[in-house]
Amino acid sequence: MADTQGIRQQASVAALADAADGSRTPMIRLRGISKQFRKTLDFAGRLAQRLGANVRDEIVHAVDNVDLDVFQGEVVGLVGESGCGKSTLGRMVAGIMPPSSGTIEWKGRNIATLPAAEAKAAKLAVQMIFQDPYASLNPRMRVKDIIGEAPVVHGMVPSAKLDTYLDAQMRRAGLDPAFKRRYPHQFSGGQRQRIGIARALAVQPEFIVCDEAVAALDVSIQAQILNLFMDLRSELNLTYLFISHDLGVVEHLSDRVVIMYLGRVVEAAPAEDVFASANHPYTQALLSEVPRISGRKRAFSGVKGEIPSPLNPPPGCHFHPRCPHAMPICREVAPALKEIAPGRISACHLNDQA
Amino acid sequence: MAPTLEVRGLRTHFFTKAGVLKAVDDVSFSIEKGKVLGLVGESGSGKSVTGFSVLGLVDPPGRVVDGEIIFQGRNLTGLSEEEWRKIRGRDIAMVFQDPMMTLNPVLRIDTQMIETVLAHEKVSEQAARARAREALTQVGIPSPDERLKAYPHQFSGGMRQRVAIAIALLHRPALIIADEPTTALDVTIQGQILYEVQKLCRDTGTSLIWITHDLSVVAGLADEICVMYAGRIVERGPVDAVLDEPLHPYTRGLIGSVPSRNVRGHKLMQIPGMTPSLLNLPPGCAFRTRCPRADDDCLVEPAITEPKPGREVRCYHPHLLDTVA
Repeated sequence: MADTQGIRQQASVAALADAADGSRTPMIRLRGISKQFRKTLDFAGRLAQRLGANVRDEIVHAVDNVDLDVFQGEVVGLVGESGCGKSTLGRMVAGIMPPSSGTIEWKGRNIATLPAAEAKAAKLAVQMIFQDPYASLNPRMRVKDIIGEAPVVHGMVPSAKLDTYLDAQMRRAGLDPAFKRRYPHQFSGGQRQRIGIARALAVQPEFIVCDEAVAALDVSIQAQILNLFMDLRSELNLTYLFISHDLGVVEHLSDRVVIMYLGRVVEAAPAEDVFASANHPYTQALLSEVPRISGRKRAFSGVKGEIPSPLNPPPGCHFHPRCPHAMPICREVAPALKEIAPGRISACHLNDQA
Repeated sequence: MAPTLEVRGLRTHFFTKAGVLKAVDDVSFSIEKGKVLGLVGESGSGKSVTGFSVLGLVDPPGRVVDGEIIFQGRNLTGLSEEEWRKIRGRDIAMVFQDPMMTLNPVLRIDTQMIETVLAHEKVSEQAARARAREALTQVGIPSPDERLKAYPHQFSGGMRQRVAIAIALLHRPALIIADEPTTALDVTIQGQILYEVQKLCRDTGTSLIWITHDLSVVAGLADEICVMYAGRIVERGPVDAVLDEPLHPYTRGLIGSVPSRNVRGHKLMQIPGMTPSLLNLPPGCAFRTRCPRADDDCLVEPAITEPKPGREVRCYHPHLLDTVA
C-alpha cells in the first residue's frame, strides 16, 4: 500500500519537474527520501517481550517518502510546525545525516555512488547554517579558526594567504575583521549568526541549507540577516533551502514553498500561489493563523486539536483529525501528491472530488 | 472610570558589580478594565522587568527605585512581602513564557491548582477542585476531569501553557501579565491560545498586559501599544495609530523589519547597528546612534511629548505627517 502510493507520488512529482523545466537538471534532487529513527528496546524491554508483553521497538517516521527538486539559483522555503521533519530533511540534504531510504542526486548524479573525491566536493558545495548561534559555534575556538579552519583543511587557501581571505569572508558577512581574534561569547546573537554564515560561505558553497537561521534573533536583527541572505544570493549566485516555521519570513524570501506535515509533503507550489490561494486545508489553516501587522483586533480561531505524535501518526491522511473537511476516505487512504495546476502539487482527497 | 492599573515614572535598577543597570527607566502607562495592552520591545528593552516590577517580583540586586504602581486605586510600591503575597495570584496573575516555570513537574495538576485556590480563599477542597475544573474548561482543555489527574510532563507544550493560563485565571484576577506566552509555540497552537485569551478578556473583563517582541501578535490582540527601547517607553498609543502611523523612528524601523506581503522579494528596511548595552548607554536619546533622524538635539534625553491627542512619543524628531510636507 505504502509502496504503490510512493510510486504514484514519485511519478507525479517527476512529471511535474519535467513540465516545469524539462531541460535543466535540478541542483538537488531527492527521490523517495525517508528517515526513520528507531528506539530499540533495552534489556528490561526485551525481557518483557520474551515474557509476552506487547512492547516493540519504537519507530519515528521523521521523513516519509519525500521528493524534492531544487534548481540552481532558486530559494525553496520548507515550512512546517515542530516535529514535521523539516530539519531532518535539511540535514539529509546537507549530508549531515544519511537517509534511511531513497536517493539524493547532486547535479544529476547519485551522491551515494559517486567516487570519494567527487562525493567530498559535492558535500563541500552544500553548507548549512544552523538555528542556534550559541550552540553551533565552538566556544573555545577563536572566530578566525571557526571561519578559517575548513578552507585551509580543504586546500582552498594556502595558510600564508589565510589572513586576507579571512578578512574578505568576515567583511562579506558584515563582521569587522578586527574582531577575528575574539571568541564567540564576545559577540551578540546577530553577530554570532553572521559568524555562522561566514563559516558556511568560507568553503565557497553553491547551496546553503538554512535551518531556522533567523528564528532566534530579534526582529531588527532578523531583518539585517535576511537582507544579508538576499545580498549574498545575488552576489554569489547561491541556491537556498530555507527551512522555517515562520511563514512571513518564508514568503519574503522564497520562490517556491514546500509545506510539510508529520513527515510528508502536503503541498508545494510557487510562493505567490501558496500565499494567494493555498490548496491543502493544512496550508490554509497555517496561513490563517499567521499573525500580521495588518490584521488588527481580529478574532483568532485556531485549528482544532494538536499535532499528533510522529510515533503514532493517524492512519490515512495525517491531517484528518484536525481537518475541517475530513471525509471517510481520509481516515483510510493517504492522499497522493497530485498536480493541481502547472507547478503546483497538493496531497488532498478534496482535489479528486472536483 | 479609574484604570485597573496605572504605572507612573517606574524605575527599576539593578545594582551590579559592573555598575547600575537601568533596566526600566521612567516608564509610565495605564490600562483600563477589560483592555489589552501590548508591551513590545526587543531583548534587553526592559519589557519583562516592567512586568516583574508590577508584580513585585524583582529580586536583588534589582530594586524598584522610583515610581508608583497604582492598582485599583492602591499604591503597591513599598508593600511588605506578606501584602504582596495576598495580591499575587489573586488580583494580579502572571503567565510566563515557559509554562514549566509555573508548573511543578513532580505534582499533579489538581494538587497544584487546588493549592492555588486554597492559598487565597477558605473553601472546601471539593469546591476548589470544581473551580480548577472550570478553569481548565475555560481555556479549552478537553476532558478536564482526567487531565486534572495528569502530571505536567504528560501535556504538550501548548496544553501546558493552557494549564498555566488556567492557574492564572483561578481567582479571576483583575489583571493578567503575560510574558511572551506564545513565543515557544507553533503557529496553529499560538492561534488557539490567542483565541482563548481574547475570549477571556471579553467575557470576564480581565485586563491584560501582553509582553512580546512580536508586533504582529500584538496587532491582532491589543487595544493599546507601548514600544520599549533600552528601558524606556519610546512610543505609546492606540494599536491602529501606532502601527499605521508610527511616530518614533525606532517603531518605524521595527515595523519595517517585519517581512510582510508588500515588500516580498525586496530588501527589508533595517535598523542599523544593534541594541546598546544597558550598562553603557549613549548619553541623550538611547536610540541616537542607530537613528536616521538624529542630530545634536538628541544629545539631551528627550522627554515624552504628546504631539497628537492620545499619542505619546519620546523623540525630538517624530515622523509627523505635517512636518514632512
